[in-house]
Amino acid sequence: MILLHLFAIFFKIGLFTIGGGLATLPLLQQEMLSRGWLTQAEFIDMIAISQSTPGPIGVNLATFVGFRLASYSGAVIATCALSAPSVIIIVLIARIFARLCPPAFCRRRLSQGLRPAAVGLITFTWFILGKSAVFFPIFPDAGWFDLSVFARLF
Amino acid sequence: MADLGEELLNYYAISQAAPGIIAINTATFVGYKRGGVLGAVIATAGMVTPSLIIITIIAIFFTRFQENIYVQRAFAGIRVAVSMLLIWTVTTLTKQTIKNLFGILIVVSAFSLVVIGGISPIPIILASAAVGIIHGYARKGGA
Repeated sequence: MILLHLFAIFFKIGLFTIGGGLATLPLLQQEMLSRGWLTQAEFIDMIAISQSTPGPIGVNLATFVGFRLASYSGAVIATCALSAPSVIIIVLIARIFARLCPPAFCRRRLSQGLRPAAVGLITFTWFILGKSAVFFPIFPDAGWFDLSVFARLF
Repeated sequence: MADLGEELLNYYAISQAAPGIIAINTATFVGYKRGGVLGAVIATAGMVTPSLIIITIIAIFFTRFQENIYVQRAFAGIRVAVSMLLIWTVTTLTKQTIKNLFGILIVVSAFSLVVIGGISPIPIILASAAVGIIHGYARKGGA
């Protein structure tokens, strides 16, 4: 059951990640932290570890969380689930869509909106992580800094 | 040679725009072009195997490491460095990306929707892709 859940979540992350490197972080952060699969501190530690080991950060995190939750089979399942959408979509694109939409054209159109959104989302990741890594260790009582209290107003 | 260069650029362009992590997409695409569906699967498996092995080894020892006081202190410092690394990424991306009011508007709305509105990144990614496409058509008249 946990394997199925791991597959579903990492498939979703693979499907909705566009780009690479640190642009994959906001979605991973939200999915991992909201499920309690990683703590804030562990997530930051994994960024550091992923940056200093070979392999894309998304793949590294999938392997790590998969192993954590369901040992070796979990690591393999989570990693496969993360790559599965790419394999399906890219094969489809290579077969069908490349004829319909010239790649350079598609990229220009898409990136106009996606890239700035990535900047906003990475800023969010930094905001959340910076808070727990830098700000609160220095000013432990500064609860007002937590902007998420505003979420309750809406 | 010119054909090969253009082909590679196309691989990369598709890998960037398609859903999925760029590195995996590129591996799948090259694998597919060279060896069909089986090639795609094999190339992707090859791409993720080093991570799988290395991170599994790290994960085995990680829990034990975490209890060590020196490791804990080291990571307290590393976390600050990671935070700065993210600032660096944001500034680099900002320089490459934000060239007009439209870009600034998307950055600000993505950030505030996710921080203040508590919205998941997925709808924001989909909406910003749609907005980018519409904006592109509106400005250049569909060219």
